[in-house]
Amino acid sequence: MIVLIKGARLLGAEPTDLLLRDGVIAEIGSGLDGTGATVIDAGGLVALPGLVDLHTHLREPGREDAETIASGTRAAALGGFTAVHAMANTDPVADTAGVVEQVWRLGREIGYADVRPVGAVTVGLDGQRLAELGAMADSAAGVRVFSDDGRCVADALLMRRALEYVKAFGGVIAQHAQEPRLTEGAQMNESELSGRLGLRGWPRVAEEAIIARDVMLAAHVGSRLHICHLSTRGSVEIVRLAKQRGLPVTAEVTPHHLLLTEDLVAGYDARYKVNPPLRSADDVAAVREGLADGTIDAVATDHAPHPVEDKECEWDAAAFGMLGLETALSVVQHTMVDTGLLDWAGVADRMSFAPGRIGKCDGGDFAQARPLAAGEPANVVLVDPSASRTVDPAASVSLSRNNPYEGRKLPGSVVATFLRGFPVVENGELTQSSIQKGMR
Amino acid sequence: MSRDLSGFRPVLSDDEIARALTRMAHEVVERSKGASDLVVLGIPSRGVPLAQRLARSISSVEDIDVPVGAIDVTMYRDDLRLRPARALEPTDIPTGGVDGKIVVLVDDVLYSGRTIRAALTALDDVGRPQAVRLAVLVDRGHRELPIRADHVGKNLPTSVRESVKVLVEEVDGRDAVLIGAAEDPVAHVDLEDAR
Amino acid sequence: MIRHLLSSSDLTREQATTILDTAEEMARLTEGRSVKKLPTLRGRTVVNLFFEDSTRTRTSFELAAKRLSADVINFSAKGSSVSKGESLKDTALTLAAMGADAVVVRHSASGAPYRLADSGWIDANVLNAGDGTHEHPTQALLDAFTMRHHLGDLDGRHIVIVGDVLHGRVARSNVSLLATLGARVTVVAPPTLLPLGVEHWPCEVSYDLDAALPGASAVMMLRVQQERMNAAFFPSAREYSRRYGLDTQRFGRLSDDAIVLHPGPMNRGMEITAEVADSERSVIVEQVTNGVYVRMAVLYLMLAGAGDGTTGQEGAA
Repeated sequence: MIVLIKGARLLGAEPTDLLLRDGVIAEIGSGLDGTGATVIDAGGLVALPGLVDLHTHLREPGREDAETIASGTRAAALGGFTAVHAMANTDPVADTAGVVEQVWRLGREIGYADVRPVGAVTVGLDGQRLAELGAMADSAAGVRVFSDDGRCVADALLMRRALEYVKAFGGVIAQHAQEPRLTEGAQMNESELSGRLGLRGWPRVAEEAIIARDVMLAAHVGSRLHICHLSTRGSVEIVRLAKQRGLPVTAEVTPHHLLLTEDLVAGYDARYKVNPPLRSADDVAAVREGLADGTIDAVATDHAPHPVEDKECEWDAAAFGMLGLETALSVVQHTMVDTGLLDWAGVADRMSFAPGRIGKCDGGDFAQARPLAAGEPANVVLVDPSASRTVDPAASVSLSRNNPYEGRKLPGSVVATFLRGFPVVENGELTQSSIQKGMR
Repeated sequence: MSRDLSGFRPVLSDDEIARALTRMAHEVVERSKGASDLVVLGIPSRGVPLAQRLARSISSVEDIDVPVGAIDVTMYRDDLRLRPARALEPTDIPTGGVDGKIVVLVDDVLYSGRTIRAALTALDDVGRPQAVRLAVLVDRGHRELPIRADHVGKNLPTSVRESVKVLVEEVDGRDAVLIGAAEDPVAHVDLEDAR
Repeated sequence: MIRHLLSSSDLTREQATTILDTAEEMARLTEGRSVKKLPTLRGRTVVNLFFEDSTRTRTSFELAAKRLSADVINFSAKGSSVSKGESLKDTALTLAAMGADAVVVRHSASGAPYRLADSGWIDANVLNAGDGTHEHPTQALLDAFTMRHHLGDLDGRHIVIVGDVLHGRVARSNVSLLATLGARVTVVAPPTLLPLGVEHWPCEVSYDLDAALPGASAVMMLRVQQERMNAAFFPSAREYSRRYGLDTQRFGRLSDDAIVLHPGPMNRGMEITAEVADSERSVIVEQVTNGVYVRMAVLYLMLAGAGDGTTGQEGAA
């Protein structure tokens, strides 16, 4: 299949043409010859490398009522993602080579986005014994990111061992930083508002204390450390300090922590219940600054689908988590690009190159997060920054509806997503995936 | 309740009201053969000051203290659900109660009769009087229930398209009975209470 | 005039005063009468929906509704809430199908009454009878009613609230209502039992009971649960009662007309000694009686008027 994209602005620069052929970018330049090619007029559109999400909950196996690998990767494609890292807190937990290979294969077969399984750090996410990290790394899934996400690896010794152990195969521990004793029964950010609403507080220090500890541990053993979804000004400051010292620490922030604040909790609508919780406007400002100056390396969605009954209930009983794949790029445009904090090249870095580097999926047969250059895999997303939409949860292809942006007007839209040269999204709509059309 | 009374014309002056009350006081005494068993209860809001004046008047005629109080009928109304809930007016039953007494209910305007029906039910829960009589300053007709007043200050034939306003010194700063066009001639239950 | 009563902080001074005035009339209309029942809410259905046991509160609401001639249904949903039984939604739909006009809800989860009121599952009036560690507005109203009865207008009065403010819905509701009514409120507790940000509440905060008592017109002692000890909120019951309990000695330092309140149930010997609880200036039993009047007033103001011509919490009549 040959596709000629005419007049796209590469990472927001001057318009040029891209010729995609046999799954790679064949040529870049103006006035390319489109003989035999499907021509796409990309006037006014920005071309970005396919986005890479470091933090996605696909729920399969175990909670196929909330999301499946098929529905989740379709949502990813619509959001401009060509690769997602599927978190390990499934049922069974992705703590063996068997489970991660199954997830990886399903992703391949469905073909809307590459699925990179994340392996659990400890068996059953129990925080007691290391899972077989090496076996998962050596499996067909080639796992490089390990996380007990949803739970914190709270035991300092176990964390130290995990950090050390994954050095053998270039892995990274992605820590869900949450001191468990300080957050027993926690429901929302601990603040004047939590006191007023009578909801148990989730103090910032519970996140910051673990990040500080793990940064020191990583420094001590000389390992890579990745911080999941950091949410506070203090966390940004700790990571900034670590980077100033040259430590190999990376961090991600979610779209919702870039936009939403705790006051949304006031009506007890559980759509706004998430872990870590929504924080204050000051924290939002801090994570935006951190993302802009590179302290925070990546935006990761923490896409967390939940069925209606797990959200349509008492706040205390509701599940933590929000959808994010289909809205992430719009939220980033709204909070970072339209505010002048980041240009499109910056977005490409925070949403593709950096997560690709952290997840070690930027090389090999199915390389992601590569530069937009001739000879590179044709993972490309076309974005219309001038579009805008009012978010309608019912319009989502996710199986779940826990969308915190309902009714909000957000800028930008994903017009097309190419996975290795094949358009999985065209004119803002899913096509039949390449596998179903017999294309690879 | 602030009211725009432009367009209203007087029907009774302050002097006429005073004379009507004095006459009613005499009638009450005559009818009850004295004042020893009387209890006078006003229906809030404007029935209450009228009841007090009537009781004073009876007291001066008979030279004994006539117990006077108030009975709020809000909780007993049959039209509660036709409008938002209202704050209650005080109920004040004189010590000695109403059992075996002759209760004189006092209201400013008698119209549909529903307020008086509610007052009779309310009175039921307070005790068992020997007799209940009704004194009103103005009877404007249009009864919806078989109720009539025993003592009337003035019979005032009206149209349902009209509104009768009673002003009393204690509440409104002056005494007068006025008549004018009703704001909403259909909802006449409201008119009776738009005092 | 009131659509829902979810939180005492939603009440304006005018609304709160109307409720208290109405409660006074309720007291006058029923006290010392042979017929205590009023026909006002005949044909209306009030559901007591209790996800958490509280015989005192349920009985008080039941009596209040019955005195107004409403039909009362007690719907005990204990154990079916957070523990994945019948959901709040299904319960609400059931009650809606039964034709409930008002739902009095008690729940262990903060905000559950908000879910019920805002969900669209049921259009009944919702009355919060205590939700988690959030609020208990009718308790605050009955406390204010009791104080007003003894002290007159609460404007400028100094009221001291002592005990577990962190987990206590009574404290939250009382602080906001008393502040709305113009009182000067001081909350006293060990720092561990005060929520973060309490300095932004409309009250003063003290860790020292002895310093707070002089000049107080009323002292409200809150129940402190023994199990808090195990969670390291304070070292021992003895230490707590020594520092924060109302004993005879501290009681003696109060001015002669000051009153003592407790929402009950009391831990005698812990936050309050038996002598103080049983003293003449303790109005604890009166609080129970007043609870019925206040709840009658709220039910009346919610239900007696036109169905739903009014939306939201509108100004007093």
